Amino acid sequence: MDWFTLSEEEWTAIRLSLLVSTVAVAASLPFGILAALALSRGRFWGKSILNGIVHLPLILPPVVTGFLLLILFGRKGPIGAFLDQHFGIVFSFRWTGAALACAVMGFPLLVRSIRLSLDAVDRKLEDAAGTLGANPAWVFLTVTFPLILPGVIAGMILSFAKAMGEFGATITFVSNIPGETQTLSAAIYTFTQVPGGDVGAMRLTIVAIVISMAALLASEFMAHALGKKVNFE
Amino acid sequence: MTLLVDVRHRLGAFRLEAGFASDGGVTALFGRSGSGKTSLIRAIAGLIRPDEGRIVLDGDVLVDTRRDIFVPKHRRRFGYVFQEARLFPHFTVRGNLSYGRWFAPRGEVPDSQDRVVELLGIGHLLDRRPANLSGGERQRVAIGRALLSAPRLLLMDEPLAALDEERKAEILPYLERLRDETKVPIVYVSHAVHEVARLADRVVLMRDGLVVATGPVSDVLSAPTLNSGMDRREMGSVLSGVIASFDPPHRLATVQLKSNVLHVPNSDVAEGAPVRVHIPARDVMLAIERPAGLSALNILDGRIETIVADSDGMVTVRVACGGDVVHARITGLSTERLDLQPGKPVFAVIKTVALDPR
Repeated sequence: MDWFTLSEEEWTAIRLSLLVSTVAVAASLPFGILAALALSRGRFWGKSILNGIVHLPLILPPVVTGFLLLILFGRKGPIGAFLDQHFGIVFSFRWTGAALACAVMGFPLLVRSIRLSLDAVDRKLEDAAGTLGANPAWVFLTVTFPLILPGVIAGMILSFAKAMGEFGATITFVSNIPGETQTLSAAIYTFTQVPGGDVGAMRLTIVAIVISMAALLASEFMAHALGKKVNFE
Repeated sequence: MTLLVDVRHRLGAFRLEAGFASDGGVTALFGRSGSGKTSLIRAIAGLIRPDEGRIVLDGDVLVDTRRDIFVPKHRRRFGYVFQEARLFPHFTVRGNLSYGRWFAPRGEVPDSQDRVVELLGIGHLLDRRPANLSGGERQRVAIGRALLSAPRLLLMDEPLAALDEERKAEILPYLERLRDETKVPIVYVSHAVHEVARLADRVVLMRDGLVVATGPVSDVLSAPTLNSGMDRREMGSVLSGVIASFDPPHRLATVQLKSNVLHVPNSDVAEGAPVRVHIPARDVMLAIERPAGLSALNILDGRIETIVADSDGMVTVRVACGGDVVHARITGLSTERLDLQPGKPVFAVIKTVALDPR
C-alpha cells in the first residue's frame, strides 16, 4: 500500500468531512449570533434555561446528543417529520444529518466565543451611532458586528474544528454510510476495525492534522490582520 | 428655533425635575456634578426615557409621556458630543466623519465636509485611526462627526471635561467659531464657569435635579442668589467687548467694552475680534477714592446699584460703570467702614490677571 496516495473512498470521506463541517458552521452562524445576542443583551424570563440548552451538547455524552437528534429529527420524529412534509428536508441517514449533528455539537463553542466578544463591546459606541441617526439594525451592522468580528471568526474556527472531529453524535444519528455519512473520523474508525487498515487510518490521520493546523493558522492570520485593522484604543 | 424641555425622572434616590426653553444660540446647563444636567441632556437626546414630561423642538413633539410619544434617538437628528469622544475604532477619521452623513435624510444638506474639516482644523488627520489621535484631536473629530450628521440641535455633554488645561485651551476657540459660524443651536453641559462664561448665551443653573435660575449668561453668573459655597466663589460678571489693540512687548490686549476699556494679558488675539471677559466677583476691590500707586491696571469708576448681603457675612455689590456692570464680593465690615450705599460713586479695582478671554 502506498503511503501518499489516497484511495477514492478516502478522498470521498475527506470531501464529505469538509462539506459537512463547512455547511454546519455556515448554517449555525446566524443562529449562533442570535443566541449570543439574546444571552449577552437580552433580559427575559428563562435566560438561564436558554443558556443551559445552548451548552448542553458540551456536557452531554455525544452519543446522548446523537440519540436525542435521532428522536427529534428522525423521519418519524416530531421536527423531522414536519421538515420532511413541509420543506422536503430529510436528515436521517443523509449528509445533511451529519451536518446537523456537527452544527449542534459545535454550537456552544460558537455561541461562547461570540458572546464573550459581545460582552466586551463598548455600548457607548452604539449609543453614539444611534445619536448619529443609525437605527438598531444599522448600529449592529456598522458598529457592533465589525467590533465582534474577531470573536465571530474565532468561534467559527472552533466550531469547524469540532465538526471535523465530531464522531459520537454523528454515528449515532446518521450511522456510518460510505459516501453519504462517513466523515473523516468515521472513516478512520472503520479502518481501525478491519485487519491491515492501520495504514489507511494513518493517512487520514495525517490529513486530519493538516486540515486542523491549516484552520488554526488561518484563524491566527485573520486575527492578526483584523487586529491591525481594528486598532483598539 | 424653539426648544421646550420639561422633564421629571427618577434615578434611584435622585429626582430630576427640570425644564427650560431655548430659542437658539448656546444654552448652557450649568451646575455641579450630580446636579442632574447630564441626565437632562441625555433625556433631550433620547438616551433616557423620562418618567414624565414633554420635549418639543419647533412644534415637533419628541417626547410627550401623556400622549405616549417617544421618538427614538436615531430619529431625533440631534448631534451629541460626549465627554469621551466615542469615535469608532474600526473607521479612520474620514470614516467617522462620514458616518452621520450616511443617515442624514436625503435633501437635507449637511454642512459641507470641507468646511467642517477646516473649521475644526482636522484636515491633516483624515486618514488616521482614532487610536493614533491625541485627546484634543479626538474631541474635535467627534464634534465634526456630530455636525456632519446635519443635526437640528447640537448637544454637548462636558466635551472638555476629560481633557487637560492645554487641550481645553486648544478646543475652546473652535467651539467659539462653531457658535459664531454655524446656525445650529447648541445645548452645552458644563460645570466650569469659564467655559460657560465664554460660550453661552443663556444659562440654565441646576442644583439637586432642579433648575434654580435661567437667563442671559451675564445675569445668571452675577446673581447673588447662587447660594452655595462653590457657586458663590465662581460668581462674577461676564462682559462682552472687542479687541481694540494689542501691545506685543507687554503681551497686553486692550478690550473695548460698552463704555470702558480693559487691559488683558493675552497672546494671539486679532484686533477687532469679539471677546468676552469673565471677572470673578472675588477679584474685584472697591475704593471710594481713586487709588494711586497700585499695580492693578484696570480701575473703573462707577456708581453702586445694589448691595446684597448673604448668610456668611459677605456682601455682593453691583456697580454700574457706564454701560458695563461689575460685581464685587467684599466683606460686610468693609461695607460698613466705607459706608457703601446704593447711589454712591466708587472705583472698582480689577486685578488684571483675573481677566482672561481664553
